[in-house]
Amino acid sequence: MTEENKFEPRIVAFLCNWCTYAGADLAGTGRKEYQANVRVIKLPCTGGIDPLFLIKAFERGADGILVSGCHPGDCHYNSGNYHARRRWNVYKPLLEFCGINPDRIQFSWISAAEGAKWVETINGVVDTVRALGPFENYQKLNTIGSDTSVSSETG
Amino acid sequence: MIEALRKKAEELLKNKTVDVVYGYGEGSVPERTRPVFITKPEDVNKLTWNKYCVYNLTTYLKKQEARKLGKPAIVVKGCDAKTITVLIKESQLKREDIYIIGVTCTGIGDPPATKCEACDVNTPLIYDELIGEKIENKEFSFDERYAELDEYEKLSEKEKWEFWQKQFEKCIKCYACSSICPLCFCDRCIVDKNQPQWIDPSAHPRGNLSWNVTRAYHLAGRCINCEECQRVCPADIPLNLLNKKLAKETEKNFKYRSGYNADDELAMATYKEDDSEEIFK
Repeated sequence: MTEENKFEPRIVAFLCNWCTYAGADLAGTGRKEYQANVRVIKLPCTGGIDPLFLIKAFERGADGILVSGCHPGDCHYNSGNYHARRRWNVYKPLLEFCGINPDRIQFSWISAAEGAKWVETINGVVDTVRALGPFENYQKLNTIGSDTSVSSETG
Repeated sequence: MIEALRKKAEELLKNKTVDVVYGYGEGSVPERTRPVFITKPEDVNKLTWNKYCVYNLTTYLKKQEARKLGKPAIVVKGCDAKTITVLIKESQLKREDIYIIGVTCTGIGDPPATKCEACDVNTPLIYDELIGEKIENKEFSFDERYAELDEYEKLSEKEKWEFWQKQFEKCIKCYACSSICPLCFCDRCIVDKNQPQWIDPSAHPRGNLSWNVTRAYHLAGRCINCEECQRVCPADIPLNLLNKKLAKETEKNFKYRSGYNADDELAMATYKEDDSEEIFK
């Protein structure tokens, strides 16, 4: 593998509008650098993240996922992150049970003031997933059969 | 026991306590039964009870065709009765709108169903009338309840993936699993929605994974382990393993068992401030 072809993971980050997104923004305004592998999707609240979003992200070629929101007790909508925490507590083991590496789906709480924690977290996710390699198992599912439109979507 | 069942059904219909009795009737061969809907007292002899009464009849509580028949009395085993507790809790049913004929059960199916191995509801936990001698319900430990999962949880990540892909690729997307499930009651399922299309409708491995994972997840903290999904699956996918895994995580994390206690808050509709933080950074 040449240097140019080195695997760079695609990370999809689902961030809540009020804390982690603002935290990531702070990292930007603070001129902090982090790895550019992440595609951020801003949502109102972690409580509104349907587990299907994660599956869809993998379907469309994500190698790793980060879900991040406000610290417990800090939710803009009071309890959204508590409900989210319940969900992920059962959903993650389910995906693990189906053979998806737990390091490909990570969760964190990052507040609007924690630009540095955002940098550290996202770098951590990128490095872990880079070491795991591309999520070939899932990506191969897309190419089974003759439907080629799928592969162009993921490209 | 059958006599007592018929007598009770006759009495309920005669007194107009209920309009219809959902029960088990004889099938085309002795090893099979079929659901029957008795509306006239003279028809109660069609009711039967034996170890082949595998169905969870509570699934008809969500079917419009059955609901049209009026207020039901329903014959339930201990496992099926748990469904009613969940349906009431989820505001799908009012307790006074249903008459529960509980039957004591020592295991069904031949060979016996997996769910019967660690059965702790031989006598239903909820009923208006109990048919059969009351059986002292056994108690099982957490590990005993989920022993079936051990051999699958032990597998490596690669083996797990291969095992489940081999299972999911058999799926023909017939949706029998959700049609039979008494707790899959959404009028429009997520798979019916196509703007956006969250789950690929064709029987392709990609959509099969998202369907099977989503179906199981939508039952997290709700499934009462009646194993009907697995029984009806024409592709023999061990769907109940997924349900059971979720039940195990729900119990481990939230100390909640679906259908056991009507006073418990629904696991996925509530939260505690001290829920596990283990997976969060």
